[in-house]
Amino acid sequence: MDNDLSSQDKKDLDKFIKFFALKTVQVIVQSRLGEKICTRSSSSPTGSDWFNLAIKDIPEVTHEAKKALAGQLPSIGRSMCVEISLKTSEGDSMELETWCLEMNEKCDKDIKVSYTVYNRLSLLLKSLLAITRVTPAYKLSRKQGHDYVILYRIYFGEVQLAGLGEGFQTVRVGVVGTPIGTITLSCAYRTNLAFMSTRQFERTAPIMGIIIDHFVERPFGNVGHMHPCNYRAPGEEEGGYAGVEDSQEVCTTSFSTSPPSQCVVTVSKAHLKTPKPVLVNTLKVPLMGLAFSHQLYSSRLSYQPPALGAADLCNPATCGGAHPHQMAVPGKEGGVPQVPMQPYHGAQAEHGRMPSCPAHDTAHHIPATPSSSGEDAETCSRSSEQKSAGLADTLETTFTRKVGAFVNKPTTQITTASLDLPFAAFAPRAYDLEENDPMVHPPDSPDTSSPLQGSLHSQGSSETGEQAQEDFVMVDFKPAFSKDDLLPMDLGTFYREFQNPPQLASLSIDVSAQSMAEDLDSLPEKLAIYEKNIDEFDAFVETLQ
Amino acid sequence: MNCRSEVLEVSVEGRQVDEAMLALLHTILLHRSTGKFHYKKEGTYSIGTVGTQDIDCDFIDFTFVRVSSEELDRVIRKAVGEFKDALSNTGSDGMGQISLEFYQKKKSRWPFSDECIPWEVWSIKVNVVNLANEQERQICREKVGEKLGEKVINIVEVINRHEYLPKMPTQSEVDNVFDTSLKDVQPYLHKITFQITDSLGTSVSTTMRRLIKDTLAL
Repeated sequence: MDNDLSSQDKKDLDKFIKFFALKTVQVIVQSRLGEKICTRSSSSPTGSDWFNLAIKDIPEVTHEAKKALAGQLPSIGRSMCVEISLKTSEGDSMELETWCLEMNEKCDKDIKVSYTVYNRLSLLLKSLLAITRVTPAYKLSRKQGHDYVILYRIYFGEVQLAGLGEGFQTVRVGVVGTPIGTITLSCAYRTNLAFMSTRQFERTAPIMGIIIDHFVERPFGNVGHMHPCNYRAPGEEEGGYAGVEDSQEVCTTSFSTSPPSQCVVTVSKAHLKTPKPVLVNTLKVPLMGLAFSHQLYSSRLSYQPPALGAADLCNPATCGGAHPHQMAVPGKEGGVPQVPMQPYHGAQAEHGRMPSCPAHDTAHHIPATPSSSGEDAETCSRSSEQKSAGLADTLETTFTRKVGAFVNKPTTQITTASLDLPFAAFAPRAYDLEENDPMVHPPDSPDTSSPLQGSLHSQGSSETGEQAQEDFVMVDFKPAFSKDDLLPMDLGTFYREFQNPPQLASLSIDVSAQSMAEDLDSLPEKLAIYEKNIDEFDAFVETLQ
Repeated sequence: MNCRSEVLEVSVEGRQVDEAMLALLHTILLHRSTGKFHYKKEGTYSIGTVGTQDIDCDFIDFTFVRVSSEELDRVIRKAVGEFKDALSNTGSDGMGQISLEFYQKKKSRWPFSDECIPWEVWSIKVNVVNLANEQERQICREKVGEKLGEKVINIVEVINRHEYLPKMPTQSEVDNVFDTSLKDVQPYLHKITFQITDSLGTSVSTTMRRLIKDTLAL
């Protein structure tokens, strides 16, 4: 079969296929790192850019790929596969997609290796770049960080699609015919994203059993064969990933569409669910999608807070270069996500808040309770854009008893563990702090002459008496943007106070007091007055034309 | 040789038009651009490197890849901007079509001007919808994102059929095949035109006008 192929061509072809495989793996893994990729065009050829494409080489990934290939090339029956999976901080994992580089027997003898095949491989890589941003795992990988991380695994041999669940879809990226066979690149991705409730460690163990020689000899708990598709903090490396960080530095010359102050953690409800692991286990993509889809306001860049409490491997770190304002929080249980030191300028400007309480600027975006629907996260985030419609929604649905978010406890939360975390408010608090709770004890509301003041106070008193009288269920009012460290009256109090304004005087005229006869009698007089002023009325009408 | 023609259809909201068009046009151009050619002696040439960039859309739940070339991006944005303006003018019912045509130039003898022979035409039909409230817009964001994903897969499918591509030109012919005016990348010669369907349903064809103008402007 190779008779027609000159030895030089054969060597070239093998080299092309080998580097194509390596570049394919780089593209796939880089697309799942959670960051936007940006490389520069260069008009003068550097000689080291395979396929005339600027694709960076992350050394660790190349190392893994070479290890998996073990000097072989994809051939018939032996495909190179990159498996992308998701692993939650609870330890559950799920395969998301498998990219396969296969070779079949269909040969194209007439094709010119050094020219056509090379160019077509280049085209295929471009197609791969485009398609990797289209599959569902891309969006998941852009939002990885605290709750879950994306891992990759490279293996060589038979394609295994069983872990993708039922109804997985396949998309073919492309084919390139060569004299020794046809190279096919495709992706099979999971469509059923509901987590299995039982842990999947047992399920994945057999896979390890099939191809033992590719896996590092480590106890399974370390998930040694899986590699995170993210960056690591300098201080938290687990074994020789310095190379990743180097290329991370290079890659973070990606362009920033939003200022660093907006590089806030995009929080999903999952962040708040720390006391309820069952909710995390049923991590459905639409849920997260909703919570994260407020792209109007959140940064596109990866925020990647350190995995707080992530036991084994993936401690995604902040990308130092791109996010100078993010703080590295040492592993802390309790699901408190990262926060930038700088608060939202946008929200701040609107409300004139001081930077001293970044917690609240961000806190209001997420309802404190897991029971809130995903839409609230969106409306909350949009309310940062000052849309009052969203505000109303937020107000509606955040009525719970929980003391937590939106409740300003400047003394306690800001100094918690000396960390300035905006979601420190979400950490479970002792309820005995209610004596400081301004929602329960409204701060000095000015004594207005509003006739409704009485009702407010009665409400307030019943709030304060809530602990004593358990029959009164307090509606914990948590309006967005609410903070009372500056003004004597906070937004919640204001709203409560003025939500029942007195009726307009004109509306409360007792019409029935006047008799119909009187009305009719007064008509001629009124008409006379109108006729006198008819010119005025005409002039007015003219102005309206 | 026959020109192959591909049609893509999308329905978007008004403010998504720009990004949807950019996403699709850039995806096509990513595949139809190479690095700059540097011709050496004996008819050989080397090719520059093409960088890529991920672009997130603001109004659509979608990220696309384009070549890293500000110049090319400017050109495409300008064309898309004109298309969008035409679409939003009164008299248009929100339906229009933008076409990206790849062509080769064939030198003709004087007094005839060079012929432009298209070899691939991508037409993107756009239908602009109006949405009533924010919730619908949110759904639209995601839906259009998925649709664009499907379109990208379609584009990749067509391109990977590896049908006709112009031959790699010699140095003297390179301007007949490629657009060498850009500094960092070299796309195939292309032009972008559009037409808007006005509310009467007749096609107000700016391309027709332009063709006539071009012919007269010998």
